[in-house]
Amino acid sequence: MLARLLRSDGIYLFLRSPAAIVAAIVAVLVVGGAFAAPWIATSNPYDLASFSLMDGLLPPVWQGGDPRFLLGTDDQGRDMVSSILYGARLSLTIAIMAMIIATVLGVGLGLAAGYFGGRFDAIVMRIADVQLALPAILTALLIDGISRGLLPAAMQDDLRVAVLTLAIALSLWVNFARTARASVFVERNKDYVQAAMIMGQHPLRVMLRHILPNILGPLLVIMTVDLASAILLEATLSFLGIGLPADSPSLGTLIRIGMQFLLSGEWWILWVPTLFLVALVVSINVLGDFLRDVFNPRLR
Amino acid sequence: MAHFILKRLIQSVFVMLAVAFLAFSLFRFVGDPISQMTGVETSVQDQDRLREELGLNDPFVVQFYRFTTDMLRGDFGYSYRTRQPVGDMIASRIPATLELGIVALLISLIVGIPSGVYTALRPRGIATQAILMTTLVGVSIPTFVIGIALIFLFGVQLGWLPTFGRGGTVDLGGWTTSFLTVDGWRALILPAITLGVYQLTLTMRLVRAEMMEVMRSDYIRFATARGIPYRSLHYRHALANTMVPVITIIGLQFGGVIAFSIVTESVFQWPGMGLLFLESIRFVDIPVMGVYLVVIAFFFVLVNMAVDLLYLAIDPRLRVKEAA
Repeated sequence: MLARLLRSDGIYLFLRSPAAIVAAIVAVLVVGGAFAAPWIATSNPYDLASFSLMDGLLPPVWQGGDPRFLLGTDDQGRDMVSSILYGARLSLTIAIMAMIIATVLGVGLGLAAGYFGGRFDAIVMRIADVQLALPAILTALLIDGISRGLLPAAMQDDLRVAVLTLAIALSLWVNFARTARASVFVERNKDYVQAAMIMGQHPLRVMLRHILPNILGPLLVIMTVDLASAILLEATLSFLGIGLPADSPSLGTLIRIGMQFLLSGEWWILWVPTLFLVALVVSINVLGDFLRDVFNPRLR
Repeated sequence: MAHFILKRLIQSVFVMLAVAFLAFSLFRFVGDPISQMTGVETSVQDQDRLREELGLNDPFVVQFYRFTTDMLRGDFGYSYRTRQPVGDMIASRIPATLELGIVALLISLIVGIPSGVYTALRPRGIATQAILMTTLVGVSIPTFVIGIALIFLFGVQLGWLPTFGRGGTVDLGGWTTSFLTVDGWRALILPAITLGVYQLTLTMRLVRAEMMEVMRSDYIRFATARGIPYRSLHYRHALANTMVPVITIIGLQFGGVIAFSIVTESVFQWPGMGLLFLESIRFVDIPVMGVYLVVIAFFFVLVNMAVDLLYLAIDPRLRVKEAA
């Protein structure tokens, strides 16, 4: 697999694309920083003992702040760098989990619908059509709203992360299902699939061993684009005050909190997490665009 | 033609029934309506009496029938939160959302289509590369960040424009409009740009992809070979054939505009349906959520039907296929 990747022209194209290289570096730094947060952050913003109000509202270092807090502190005296790293960690965890669930669910249903056809296909695709008519954010909001009505109040906060992940996953699976299904229609009539079927192989084996590897390219592009969408969805829902509660802040929650400082001089509380979020999503989208070009030579 | 319209109408009725069923299920199975309406001090006997009066003990089918016929008569029930009729609450919010959405859609089309065509015709130009890079950043910036940035720049720093609410409105027989006052227009500018920017990037990218596809096709090559002037080639032959997808975009965009107006309305405290929907989610106000869903679906169905009919009007090939 790795050898095939190195021999492919993807690497060659990557080295020739400055935008893709910069995006990859930013993405690796942000994602790496987020997951290493417990080790590299100077304080834990969830730990009530680690900050003091005395350090509140300090500006970033270059504006005369305290060298302990590189990007300044918020009104509670929390270190902005640490808040962002932990916030990004939560945002990315939710987005990646949601993307994986959406991929498995969507590809599974799409493969099965394309392979078996008939009534199963019709049902899956009608559901997909209806959901496609509703934009992802509306679906996610609705699922979140329904969960508020269904779950007992005591469990609400404990399950927030799980509900949010599921709401995002369920609003993103459709693209995977449609792509997988369309690819199956193309692949299933090719000789190698016909040969495998005539040899009497199990349908599941034909799908997973023969068809799936051949549709990985387009799926990879969707996964990248949908990861960006998942991050945006989480941030938007948390910003709207629908997603995560304020005591477990993600990037969206941090921006929501920062909005209170829109009119005052403490610009960093709002703009630092905002720029961090934008940098993350832009770099992932640039990578997605690059992958699309690699897998779609016609557009090169 | 008549056959086609009839088929579409029947399909639309089924879509609306499906959505009504979803909304009904929300009412019926998410949370207990009785416990929402009554306090702790209400006796069990009173609760049972209320349950019987509201018909919650009737068979499922009977309840669903009553629910849909009530809706058709314009009776949407009462909000758990404000105790007002949901129909009135939504109706008073519709003008704000529609006016915001229409202006945003216009911005997206007026800027998006020409720049899409331009970037498709000059794929290697420097301006094209710059526009494409900008749109990629545009797609990546969440709607709410665009809103905050505009508020910060034009509202806080420069102080040119208001940053929340609708400003002055004029009541035209139940329809409050921002279009007739200077104040209303000033309040509309920032939210409409916020909502339009994201849609604009989508419009541009779709028009560009479609135009490039057409420019590659055989009939354009033959037309080029025949020596037809480029101007006519680009704007008569090529652009005309991208019109069908462009109409699809407008249909799709409308959905996006409505959905993202939730975010925009929240940032700018714009008193539209989206803000109402957000409040209803926060307070688990099921009736408002359900009715919002039905109203939105109704708009979707209307727009999709209009789009389909426009196809028939624009593309003669579809008419032939339909007759065959």
